[in-house]
Amino acid sequence: MDSRVVTILIESFPKILIPGLVRTIPLTAISFSLAMVIAVAVALIQFAGIRGLRQLCRLYIWVIRGTPLLVQLFVVFFGLPHVGVVIDPFPAAVAVFSVNEGAYAAEIIRAALESVPAGQMEAGYCVGMSYLQIIRRVVLPQAMRTAFPSLANSLIAMVKDTSLASVVTVAEMMMATKQLNALYYEPLALYLETAFIYLMFCTVLTRLQSWGEKKLSAYERKGAV
Amino acid sequence: MTLEVKAVTKRFGTLEVLKGIDLTVEQGDVVAILGPSGSGKTTLLRCVNFLERADAGTLTFDGEDFDLAHIGKKDILRLRKKTAFVFQNYNLFLNKTALENVTEGLVTARRMPKEEAVAKAERALDRVGMLDRKNHYPSQLSGGQQQRVAIARALATDPEIIYFDEPTSALDPELIGEVLSVMRALAEEGMTMLVVTHEMNFARNVSTKVIFMEDGVVLESGPAREFFEAPREERVKAFLRNIERKEEK
Repeated sequence: MDSRVVTILIESFPKILIPGLVRTIPLTAISFSLAMVIAVAVALIQFAGIRGLRQLCRLYIWVIRGTPLLVQLFVVFFGLPHVGVVIDPFPAAVAVFSVNEGAYAAEIIRAALESVPAGQMEAGYCVGMSYLQIIRRVVLPQAMRTAFPSLANSLIAMVKDTSLASVVTVAEMMMATKQLNALYYEPLALYLETAFIYLMFCTVLTRLQSWGEKKLSAYERKGAV
Repeated sequence: MTLEVKAVTKRFGTLEVLKGIDLTVEQGDVVAILGPSGSGKTTLLRCVNFLERADAGTLTFDGEDFDLAHIGKKDILRLRKKTAFVFQNYNLFLNKTALENVTEGLVTARRMPKEEAVAKAERALDRVGMLDRKNHYPSQLSGGQQQRVAIARALATDPEIIYFDEPTSALDPELIGEVLSVMRALAEEGMTMLVVTHEMNFARNVSTKVIFMEDGVVLESGPAREFFEAPREERVKAFLRNIERKEEK
């Protein structure tokens, strides 16, 4: 590697990392948090079998899972302004990513809720708890423990999916890299550098996942406390 | 407290599991429900605590009458706060420690202050000899220990009656004794209990009344001593003979 490329890489590093810290990470964090709220609500509605709302949830999941994320981004960012709804790039991306991830995560959480033994519910009833009390204090905590690895997986996937937001002009890492490449024309070096930064972010999340799993599995561990 | 159940019927699809069962439990009674597998014993117990909805029948609890087929959620919740249930598979809350399993029903369902609930739960755990394991999760306890915690969970709510659904059937033979001795102690303290069981010694030595069920009907019922020493029904005599033979082996 000649020294010019090395200089470009060193100079570019903060220019890619900073959009990562101020765009990619907030975009992921906000979208994923909202997605969790949507997912828990949608999963619980289905688990409880609330008529009407349940069908609405199935429709939501069907549409979102059946259409590409990129198309959803285009519909919201380029399509909606056409009918007078103009949303800034960042909030538009947050909306699409959270609604998209919400559908997938809802299915993960629904499956986890269904995996909690029926006896847990019955035991709750028999000590006089109401349905909602049992869900909140017994069933949901166990389901979230079961869902945790899959949800961590989705979070890691989302970090990388946010690179799509560059096509709707969110100035995140991918956008920054494209601009740097237009300046220096070093596509291999620059895109590898970006890949490396994504890898660092995801490494941190992977570590957090193992830590979280250990923390959450306290009640599954055998032997002395 | 008096529990009276009349003409309970229940079918699953085309299978008629309960064909009109009557049952009375008085204050301080320990009633053992015996009978072969598939006779409807467990279903009866589950109908009495509304884990299954009976197709018909009435329940009288403390002089109040309820229609088992049409009872509303509020009445169910109210009645369940006066009763407790011990399951065959313990069904401890898996995400909670032994102590939390016992306090949960007090704090959440009965709005008892935390400190009071903990003190009460510790007394209940002490009664079943599980106080030293109060911070263990169910996965860290043996089956017998889990069942004793489940009994403590039942006791802590000061129930007027405890329903036991084959409380020792899922246990290793070695662990059955510890659970039975806890139940025996409760009986001696005057706790009212309705127990579906296969433990003949418990039925013979601890229970005050026995109900023998087969094919969804009560074949014979009466004081425990009479039931074991002078059964009236041929089928009951055969059942007891078979069991004696098994115990001799």
